[in-house]
Amino acid sequence: MSMEILLGDEAVGLGAVHAGLSGAYSYPGTPASEIMEYLIRIGRGASFKAAWSVNEKTAFEEALGCSYAGKRAFVSFKHVGLNVAADPFMSAALTGANGGFIVCSGDDPSMHSSQNEQDSRFYAQFALIPCFEPADHQEAYDMAREAFELSERVKLPVMIRLTTRLAHSRAGVETRPPRPENEIRTGARQCWTLLPGNARVQFKRVLDLQPELVRYASESPFTRLELQPDDRRLGIIASGLGYNYVRENLEGSGLRPSILKISVYPIPEDLVRRLVEHCDTILVAEEGYPLIERQIRGLFGIPGKILIGKMSGHLPLQGELTPETVRAALGLAPLARRTAGDLPLANRPPQLCVGCPHADTFKALKKALEGQPGATIFSDIGCYTLGYFPPHNAVDSCVCMGASVGMAHGASRAGVHPAVGVIGDSTFGHSGITALLSAATADANMVLVILDNCTVAMTGTQPSFSTGRRLLEIVRGVGVPAERLRVITPLPKFHEENVRVLREEIAHPGLSVVVAVRECLEEAKKKNKLGGAQ
Amino acid sequence: MSDTRKQDIILAGVGGQGILSIAFVIDSAALKEGFHVKQAEVHGMAQRGGAVTSHLRLSEARIWSDLIPRGGADLILSVEPLEALRYLDYLKPDGRIVTSSAPFINIPDYPDQADLLRRIKVLPGSVVVDSDALAKEAGSGRAQNTVMLGAAARYLLPREETLREFVRVLFERRGEKILEANLKAFELGRQASA
Ligand code: SF4
Repeated sequence: MSMEILLGDEAVGLGAVHAGLSGAYSYPGTPASEIMEYLIRIGRGASFKAAWSVNEKTAFEEALGCSYAGKRAFVSFKHVGLNVAADPFMSAALTGANGGFIVCSGDDPSMHSSQNEQDSRFYAQFALIPCFEPADHQEAYDMAREAFELSERVKLPVMIRLTTRLAHSRAGVETRPPRPENEIRTGARQCWTLLPGNARVQFKRVLDLQPELVRYASESPFTRLELQPDDRRLGIIASGLGYNYVRENLEGSGLRPSILKISVYPIPEDLVRRLVEHCDTILVAEEGYPLIERQIRGLFGIPGKILIGKMSGHLPLQGELTPETVRAALGLAPLARRTAGDLPLANRPPQLCVGCPHADTFKALKKALEGQPGATIFSDIGCYTLGYFPPHNAVDSCVCMGASVGMAHGASRAGVHPAVGVIGDSTFGHSGITALLSAATADANMVLVILDNCTVAMTGTQPSFSTGRRLLEIVRGVGVPAERLRVITPLPKFHEENVRVLREEIAHPGLSVVVAVRECLEEAKKKNKLGGAQ
Repeated sequence: MSDTRKQDIILAGVGGQGILSIAFVIDSAALKEGFHVKQAEVHGMAQRGGAVTSHLRLSEARIWSDLIPRGGADLILSVEPLEALRYLDYLKPDGRIVTSSAPFINIPDYPDQADLLRRIKVLPGSVVVDSDALAKEAGSGRAQNTVMLGAAARYLLPREETLREFVRVLFERRGEKILEANLKAFELGRQASA
């Protein structure tokens, strides 16, 4: 055994490596990016393969192929990335895994760096696969190892659900000796070919497995039921970080509740029943949506028992749990604290770096659209979304990866003019290409501005698959004529020229693509540093 | 009350000011001295010039929560005065603020600076240090975070010697000049808070 200080993300990654990982795939997204960053770092010279993929669906499929080969495979992304990978994800539950297969999803309650708060545990439930939810770093490591074992035993993909707070906090982890990688082994083609006849058989298998999965969750050493024989007043069901906040607040409080810690799903029904039977009031403390609470509440609750949690309003439905919200739900008085009194604390939202190329593009674009009140700028997801804030006030949307292209196309059909889409080079590769193919086929009356800053900037400058020459070739390849593909350099000294180019393309009654090429400052800094170290 | 030695620290600043470097030094020093450590970090969008905080918890006993409860912090260590006040409700009634007086102004509605400093100075036990001037004096304008680490050193659980050791570890690979500037920054900060 040895001790390492790791981020929650890194603990999962190292657990996977020590479990005999052969292939790991991912697309960057906060809070999950650091898993792959770490795997790539420690994977240099190692025998496993760790690589970024062009998007989450592709990453999932690459990992699935690795699992079909009998090897242990790992795919990670943020919660909304699971939406992108949802198609193969749902079906992989039916085909099953050959080598152990972990799907690690990083949820972001409180939306620290996301568009929504969705809870990946629902996806695991939806697909009828097991899900592990670590409460601390040690569990993150241990669960990654155990998830592979379980996956191979029941031949199903297994989810590990992280939330931002654990993903991005550091603590010590005891590691164990690594296990070797699997040999290649073949699988059954009728499992992997979801023609209706095969799929029905496979779905029945997944349904038949459910009682075994529930039993597994009950017996897992990560799950713990502590009943207080002489105190029946309060029982707590806690999962993930909810468990930590409960324990934090219980210390020195005088409360001695019975506690069920749920760490593996499907929900261990027999343990829940034992706790509910034992206690008068049950508090459910879980991070994300009220999944456990909803399941045990049913439509009208449990006769004779008081059930409190998110649905009863004792904990907030929105945002991540905190020590304070859990404290209040436990009925404890808040700690004494200082206050800032009447001082107005100006907000400090994130913003583009000083000198960012996007700022110059936005400036030119705003100028080119001056005097056109109908103009709408459909933005995508990346640093450039920060163009929403003053002083830029330059974008009108942020929905999901690749949406800008389709939305601009749809809006132009609806009569919006000028309809402008703005997308980054990596996001374009992730899911803008197909939407541009559609717009090019229709010769939609819109302008797509692709901001090529040579990297995936917001998540920490990971490599982009669709930048530079290749980006231009892709745009040409989907059918944008050469004269409607313009390249500009977003620098203050080219401002007038860039405005002119943008005006010309806005005036053109059909599809134009303007590629603004200039390297991200962070990316340039990183390159300089690497260069200096050599 | 047990006599378990523990300390909960809120680190505050603006994305890019290097608060994670401060966290690294305190963490590593605490570990070396045998404490348990939990440190909540900030990644992603907030790093782009937004307000950032890190919760740093050191204890001889097991630490449950990754977050410090409001009213639980022993110390707010801030690289910027507005950010020092933003997390005031995390501070215990007898907690302390150690902050820089040098504002980081990247917003149009930054409050009146004199008023801001007045409000900090009336807080019992507050320590205000001009990290900008001291960092420049040390030879690197970028070393404000190390100045503030030095300013907080006498109030931190790990020993000053151990902290200094990890300032070395952190800056060694960036060359002799940067290392020297940061060791000096640490020292100037330490003296300024006396
Ligand atoms: S990280 Fe790069 S793309 Fe993002 S704001 Fe900074 S310079 Fe611009």
